[in-house]
Amino acid sequence: MTMRDVYVIGIGITSFTRLEFPLSEIAAYPAMMAMKDAGTREIDHLYVANMGGGRVNHQTGLASAVVDTLSLTPAGAETIENGPASGGSAVKTGYMAVASGLHDTVMVTGAERMREVNNLEATDFVATLTHPIAEHIYGVTLPSLAAMFTRLYMEKYGVTERHLAMVAVKNQNAALLNEFAHLHQRISIEGILDSPEAMTNNPYVAEPLRFFDCCPVSDGGACVILASEEVARKVGRPLVKLAGVGQATDTHAVHEREDPTDLLAVRRAAAMAFERAGLTPADVDVAELHDAFTILEIVESEECGFFPKGEGHLALERGETALGGKLPINVSGGLKGRGHPVGATGIAQAYEIVHQLRGEAGERQVKDARVGFTCNFGGFGNNVVCLTFKKED
Amino acid sequence: MAVDLEKILRPVDNPMPPFPAKHMKVASGEEMVIRQVTRDEIPSILQHVAPLVWVERDFYDVVAARVYAELLAYYAHRMQDEYVLVAQIDGELCAVVNGRMVNKDVGMSLHTLAMRRGLRIGAHAFAAKMEYHMDILGQKEVLVVAESPIGFRRWMLEYNLEKRFDVAHELGGVPSWALTRELFDKARDTLVVGRRPVPDELLAKAHEAILPPSDPPRPPDDLLAATRAKYDPTGTALVLQRWKQEGKV
Repeated sequence: MTMRDVYVIGIGITSFTRLEFPLSEIAAYPAMMAMKDAGTREIDHLYVANMGGGRVNHQTGLASAVVDTLSLTPAGAETIENGPASGGSAVKTGYMAVASGLHDTVMVTGAERMREVNNLEATDFVATLTHPIAEHIYGVTLPSLAAMFTRLYMEKYGVTERHLAMVAVKNQNAALLNEFAHLHQRISIEGILDSPEAMTNNPYVAEPLRFFDCCPVSDGGACVILASEEVARKVGRPLVKLAGVGQATDTHAVHEREDPTDLLAVRRAAAMAFERAGLTPADVDVAELHDAFTILEIVESEECGFFPKGEGHLALERGETALGGKLPINVSGGLKGRGHPVGATGIAQAYEIVHQLRGEAGERQVKDARVGFTCNFGGFGNNVVCLTFKKED
Repeated sequence: MAVDLEKILRPVDNPMPPFPAKHMKVASGEEMVIRQVTRDEIPSILQHVAPLVWVERDFYDVVAARVYAELLAYYAHRMQDEYVLVAQIDGELCAVVNGRMVNKDVGMSLHTLAMRRGLRIGAHAFAAKMEYHMDILGQKEVLVVAESPIGFRRWMLEYNLEKRFDVAHELGGVPSWALTRELFDKARDTLVVGRRPVPDELLAKAHEAILPPSDPPRPPDDLLAATRAKYDPTGTALVLQRWKQEGKV
């Protein structure tokens, strides 16, 4: 079957912080910005990514609320829930709709309002994505799963707490250049690792992960509008092609994996996204990886093929993943600095890449970026969506 | 016969030993000084507290209004046995904490107002306050309440405070929680940090001037939109945002 090319013609985002707006408006606001960016309100279909509306905000059927809020009826609309990969899944679904010829222009917007509840409840809500019998009933949370994973990784590959702190500092300080980022406080290795007060400034949340190794709980929304080549050329924005999508799953329970330090779903989803785009990891100029915990940036940078397995932390040491390095990763601040409103995250990653490929990223612009990549990590690596983007002249 | 009413109204403070200043490195890597301020310094603090009264977020409005009143009362000699500590980075005011000596055994923690966020500055300042009650005043326990969920996490949960619900706290008469000496000793190694003496240069900078906070909490850009959105999920806020985007408001 012949698939059509798919382009991103509009992008929008809210601040990632605590927002006092209803969930449907957090989804609608970036959608308005994206329509303004694209210069069109002709939307055939709407996909809304969200994970916690029903549980946290007591709001279900979000897509119906959003399409009406935006006065886009009678366009079709549906909500897509795939845990923290909801955003990536929604982009992938929008891609399929346009590529297949079903629709010419689709809006993919994502939103989460997690700060309606306190941090303890938010952590518990996210933990509901773990295996109900093998993990959740034992009190497993995402930080505790990530901590066990980190410990194994440290022992096997020589990653240290200093490497984790380096990711935290890199990404949180990168967020200083992102006006929409949740965290705007500069941190330093000395302050969070080396000083006599570091253990209090940066206590263990789940050893060996500390406070600054974990992303914040954020509210926020992000939107991309996808369209066929014909529409994209008519709109006239810089041509950024959604060149490849990949998705893969792994066992629900982490302990059932042959080697828990292998994130096979990331490896497979990334390979698929590259293959479909006709690109390789070496082609990528800028990447947004799912650093809900600092260890994940290091591991995903390996599983996506940017660095050999077990050597992501060495590339970090060499400064290759910083802005100005060989492959800048998470120049938006990533989940660690920009924030992680779960349903919006995958779309916010796409927003950042399109922003970069258009050359509109200001102080955090990666020079001459032409190919971008995102990895949206659902569950604890059991459902992963990767996307490749390419700038066209 | 003439009556000097001021002598009646003004409480006679009991002697309270001074809090010895200390310093620490915060997560940003900057050096922060925590020190006690004198009555004369209160007006320069009040001007930085006042704007926070309008920050309708995380109970900054309630806390700032109360801190303003407590500091003004201290300045005007209308509080018994109060003390005020400030946290400063390069002179910049980052946090204010205050409390009161109820009697030789019991302290009353009043407020913790952080003006720079995300670096655990408020928590360090609160710890210094507890240190003052326990180690300097030698008290047996400190009564504590929290106005915000953040305060509840920082004090009640992190210090594992005991309930003293039969004692009404001076802040609004709400049930008290208590930090006992035993709990403080347990927290000492993990939550109470800082070094003494403070290097002369750092201390001199702190005393030189109380500079305004560089990035204080601010009210939302559009208070009307934010407030309405809380109670009116029908789209008012969105309309206002759109008007703003189109330059109509």
